[in-house]
Order: sequence, then C-alpha cells, then structure tokens
Amino acid sequence: MSGAPRIDDWTIGAETIVYQSCAACGATQYFRRSFCAACGAADVHDKRASGEGVVYATSVVARAATAEARAHVPYNIVLIDAAEGFRMMAHGDGDLEIGDRVTAGFRRFTDRLVPYFTRTTS
Amino acid sequence: MSFITGVGLTSFGRHEGASTLDLMSRAAELAIADAGLQRNEIDGVLCGYSTVQPHIMLATVFAEHFGITPSYAHAVQVGGATGLAMTMLAHIIVEAGVARHVLVVSGENRLTGQSRDAAIQALAQVGHPSYEMPLGPTIPAYYGLVASRYMHEYGVTEEDLAEFAVLMRAHAADHPGAQFRDRITVADVMASKPVASPLKLLDCCPVSDGGAAFVVSRERAGETGVRIRGCAQAHTHQYVTTIPNFDRMGAAMSLQRARAQSDLSVADVRYAGIYDSFTITLAMLLEELGLAGRGEAAARVRDGHFSRDGAVPLNTHGGLLSYGHCGVGGAMAHLVETQLQMTGRAGGRQVKDAAIALLHGDGGVLSSHVSMFLERVR
Repeated sequence: MSGAPRIDDWTIGAETIVYQSCAACGATQYFRRSFCAACGAADVHDKRASGEGVVYATSVVARAATAEARAHVPYNIVLIDAAEGFRMMAHGDGDLEIGDRVTAGFRRFTDRLVPYFTRTTS
Repeated sequence: MSFITGVGLTSFGRHEGASTLDLMSRAAELAIADAGLQRNEIDGVLCGYSTVQPHIMLATVFAEHFGITPSYAHAVQVGGATGLAMTMLAHIIVEAGVARHVLVVSGENRLTGQSRDAAIQALAQVGHPSYEMPLGPTIPAYYGLVASRYMHEYGVTEEDLAEFAVLMRAHAADHPGAQFRDRITVADVMASKPVASPLKLLDCCPVSDGGAAFVVSRERAGETGVRIRGCAQAHTHQYVTTIPNFDRMGAAMSLQRARAQSDLSVADVRYAGIYDSFTITLAMLLEELGLAGRGEAAARVRDGHFSRDGAVPLNTHGGLLSYGHCGVGGAMAHLVETQLQMTGRAGGRQVKDAAIALLHGDGGVLSSHVSMFLERVR
C-alpha cells in the first residue's frame, strides 16, 4: 500500500533481507513492487526475513565480467529458499551443497554489501 | 499458409571490419537470391537487435542501408528466442495478407566489434538490476545455477552434459562455415577451463560475428516447400530467481500450443533444431520437449539418436555450441540448416528424411520460449 513503511534492505546498503507479503492473497514476493505480482492488490507490506533458508542451487563463478568482480574470483552464487517462502540470489561459502540449511550474513563484494550464506551451525 | 522460401547464412567466427549492417546485408542478399527474388520484391522486414549497434529503429536503418522500402518493418527483441519469434510473426503477417515476402534478418559483429568483457556484461543484463546484478552474475552463472539443480533432480552428470558439446562439434566438423570444427572428446570438455560450475568453457557457446536471414512467403518458391505448420510461445518468468518450476520452464507449454495448431506430435519429428546456448540448455530443452525422457537425453546422444544418421538428427550445422553464436542470428542458423535439410540441399550433411522438423528457441534464462513445427510439402 502506498504509505506503508519501507524497510531498508541490502540492495540499498542495509544489513537486512526484506521481502513483501500481500494482505489480500497471502502471497510473498522478494522483488519489491508497489503491488502484489500474484493478485495485483496494492496491499503489500515489507517484512524483515529471518535469514534462515535452504540451498536450492549453486554456481561457482570462475570467469567474472568486470575487473571489480574479478578480484573476488572464485565466488559462489547461490539460490536460497528462504524460510518465509520466497527464493533469493546471494553469495555463499564455496562448499555449500543443494539442500544445506544456511544462515545469512553480509559481506563486501566490489563496492557493495551482499547477503552471504553459511551452513547453519546450531 | 506460409513457407520459408529462401535462406542465407554467413560463416560464423571472426569477420574483421564487418559491421552489424554489413553482416545483415550479406545474409539478406543470400536469402533473397535463394528465394529467387529481387530485393525490391521484399515488402516486409523483421530484424533482431545488435548489442554492438543498439538502435531504436534498426529495421528502418537496415532497409534504408539495403536500399528497400518495405510496407511493414520493425525490430523484435526476445533474447535468444528472437529468431523464431520473428519467424512466427512473419508467418502471421504473411497469412494476414499484410505482406507477401517478409525478410527476417539479423547479424552482429559481436566478437570483433567489442571487448569480451563488454559482450559478457551486455548479456548479463538479463538479470535483475537490484537483486541479481550486484552479485556479479554472468549468463553462464545463471545457467550454472539451473544446471546444478537439474543435475541434482535427475542424476545428470557433468560427463553427460559434455556429450552434447561433443555431438555439436562432430556436426560442425562437416560445415565449412562453423567457428569451431576440430573434434573434441568428453575428456576435452571435462578438462576445459571452469567458467561457472558445473559449466566449463566447452559447455558454453562462443561469441561470434555472423549473419543469418530467411524469406517467409505466402507461396512456395521451389518444387519442395517448407511450410510453417504451427508455432507458439510461452513466457513464464524473466529472472533465474523467479523461475516458477525447474521442471516446466515454459518449453512444454509453448510446444503444446504449437502442437494444437499443427496437429503434429513430437513422435512425428524427423529433424530437430533446438537452442543450445549451453550444454545444459540443450539437455533440458530436449527433455522438456519430450525428445528424450527426463535425465535420458545424454544416453540418447551416446546411442546416436541425435546424430546425422540417427532417428532425430539434431542441429546438424553444429548449433550455437560449435557453429557459433552471433546473437539473434545464432539461433536463426538452426532454421537455415533445417530448411536446407528439408529441401535436400545440405550436401555432405544431408539427413535421410527431414519431412517434419521441430524448432525451439529460448531467451533469457529459459524465460521466453518459441516452438515451431515445419512440414515439407511437394
């Protein structure tokens, strides 16, 4: 809903993962919009994610496209199924495997802060 | 009805000094001559895009350059699916009586016209600008993610994927226009440099210069006609993060729609031209389209099923993986080769009976799909 408080997330430099929840149909979405992509309702609310999830897919990048990214090679790009029901792209430890339970932290990558997942310890 | 009446294809690889318009013109000339037409008989033009020469009205720029004044012209952009999407549109335009001869054309000096980094960067833009791009992904990484999950689900191995690279190279070895013609083995693919796991260099198509074109007409030109029997699309997502279902990427959906139009089934198919930007792309599309069971496409490659003398010859020009990939023209080469095979003009690469062909292209990260059935008529 327009006027609903926006929670700052990692895409603008805050150490937080944010998703949206639709009050009308209950759908969750990760990419921020002013409406629900599932039902079209404008009644969507920002929510803070727990940072807990399961590894869905992984790809270790050995050949980066920019000089800035090349300084970090190799880095593991992962898709995470978050506990709250949305999927997100992030970085993670190089040895993560599909199905691993993981917890989010944050690291510098080029000039940005990015979510970084490691195996859940507890 | 509509027919693919003429085809033109340049060699792929390095075309030093050739611009996007040069490569488009060369392919267009070949296609128009092949259709037995004069260029002033072309009354419709559809073209793709060029990352090297971005323009807001490339079809008009091309028509002006080429010296024609069509009554219908514009560009189309659906990533790797653009070639087949343009063919589908040409079919619709011709059937509607809007134009008689539509020239479908693309070309790009993607290899020599820019740095390798610029090429990789331009393409990575299919990712989400806020939620994906800051993580430093590349196109191979998007497909690497898809591959890791698909392999996990269906027990596909890296050696299985390598089979597709080996097959495409074996086919390219017999085409003088292919960018890479030296035969390779599964061991070569496995030993090639890591790019984005599980994909290695030889799992990825190259960046090429080249051009491709064809003419879609209301009437057939030669004795043997290649008729568009049915074509359809599906668009299920844009980003790898938002792929709704790794088992049904959209290929089966577009195929089903094309089948309904054409009254043909996959069992009728005697030749296949399938998008192969990466080995995983080919494996997944073959399996989702039903040309092989889930996890079984590599075994069919090993059995010779997709070889030139097999039951369903596949990408006999070498595909994107070995003929090369110059952008929109890359997947158009699949259709050019299919037309040659169906009209019995493939020379040393000729298959025995390409009576019915299935073409499938995808753009983005298996995001946009176009399926097309072609039928030989005499």
